[in-house]
Amino acid sequence: MRGQEARDQADRKAAMATLAQSSGDDIVRLWNEAGLPSEAELLRGPETGLVTMRGRIGGGGAPFNVGEATITRATVRLPSGQVGHCYALGRDKQKARLAAIADALWQDPARRNEVETKIIAPLQAALTTAHERRRAETAATKVDFFTMVRGED
Amino acid sequence: MYVAVKGGEAAIRNAHGLLADRRRGERSVPALRLDQIVEQLALGVDRVMSEGSLYDRELAALAIVQARGDMIEAIFLVRAYRTTLPRFGYTRPIDTANMLVERRVSATYKDLPGGQLLGPTFDYTHRLLDPELAAGADVAEPLRRETEPQAMPRVSAILAREGLIEPDGEMPQDHVPGDITREPMEFPMARDIRLQALSRGDEGFLLALGYSTQRGYARNHPFVGEIRIGEVELELDVPELPFAVPLGTVRVTECQMVNQFKGSAKAPPQFTRGYGLVFGQSERKAMAMALCDRALRATELGEDVVAAAQDEEFVISHSDNVQATGFVEHLKLPHYVDFQAELDLVRRMRAEYDARENPTKVEEKREAAE
Repeated sequence: MRGQEARDQADRKAAMATLAQSSGDDIVRLWNEAGLPSEAELLRGPETGLVTMRGRIGGGGAPFNVGEATITRATVRLPSGQVGHCYALGRDKQKARLAAIADALWQDPARRNEVETKIIAPLQAALTTAHERRRAETAATKVDFFTMVRGED
Repeated sequence: MYVAVKGGEAAIRNAHGLLADRRRGERSVPALRLDQIVEQLALGVDRVMSEGSLYDRELAALAIVQARGDMIEAIFLVRAYRTTLPRFGYTRPIDTANMLVERRVSATYKDLPGGQLLGPTFDYTHRLLDPELAAGADVAEPLRRETEPQAMPRVSAILAREGLIEPDGEMPQDHVPGDITREPMEFPMARDIRLQALSRGDEGFLLALGYSTQRGYARNHPFVGEIRIGEVELELDVPELPFAVPLGTVRVTECQMVNQFKGSAKAPPQFTRGYGLVFGQSERKAMAMALCDRALRATELGEDVVAAAQDEEFVISHSDNVQATGFVEHLKLPHYVDFQAELDLVRRMRAEYDARENPTKVEEKREAAE
């Protein structure tokens, strides 16, 4: 049971990561295509604030504060009772509200699959494609060293 | 007696109207859109985010337009905006070893795991102005090379295996990272607070100080161990969730400077380090920050403090360009009363001086006046 709970948490976190990284426009478009309900009681927000990004001295040492980033959060409750959250970089309030509803629907066993296949999977596929493309473009700038041999043997 | 003087309301109003007009410029030229600035002046946007100490591309772009391209004014606008927002917390420290790397070079190792990736760099360009760009020529898609993703450990981790380099900077176990946005600065300051100040410091100021260390003012023999640029994930611990909530990704530039060190009473001969970490693609700034970080560790490493770049109070107190511009630019605001007082003082001092140096002339003057 503990294992199942941990897996659920990891899956939920992965879904939230996908939503946070995706653009509000993409989320709205998929939401409309999926025909998912968007009625929910707003418990908090959507509201914009700051988080302070921390780094580590030398990359892996003691933490230090680097600077702030804008972030928008929302918390919603579905008519069926599930409470969903969103925290995402940026100032897109509509995105935060829909992502919080998606998180709440994801927790409803009857809806999870629908959210995963109609919202999360296509968003994740687009993110993966963009990452792979970026990686491949960077890889094309990798330096291949070769040695110049002078003289006989 | 204090006399308040009012006036200038209409002049100020009209000046701001004129500013709005000049900012817009010739109306037949299309107005800039924020997405054009974000996409095409990306490094300017990154500088405003880094020194404005606020990661938000669109706001930085707005600030650049509003400031007519005056970067320090734009940074000022962003800093002012930050103060209007509530703070939700501190993220977990980012993990730069897990970056989606867009550029990664090392000047100390040719062959290193993950390789040397030049990325979108100005290095090796000929610095010739491009007339085709002025003509708006189409730009080809970049080439791609399909490869398996490779782990890219930080170069500092590779050097550490030999034991000839100091570890990543540690602080005492119970140390809470200081925050210059919450507590007033005090000197001497811990390295973590110094790094926060340097990360938002003025690029030009830090560049000049870093340069001064290379020219012999606190020379510390630097090598670029590694520069990496790319996106890292941010996570925030919140009470309502049992796991750190993922917030999305930010682009950062990290510089690991490696410095030869002959040893002192406090530390054995080894390579020491300076660290730079800034928002966006800001390589020059990250390098300058790392040079300054290392120079400012003089006392910690038992070096003599002989140069400006090693003087913590001097460097940190003057690195913030919003503070600097505020104090310098306030000089142009009305100082009529101060100046009248000084004028009166100088008149009296001059009269005393003249009476002392040249008594007869003063006497003649007085007679002529009578």
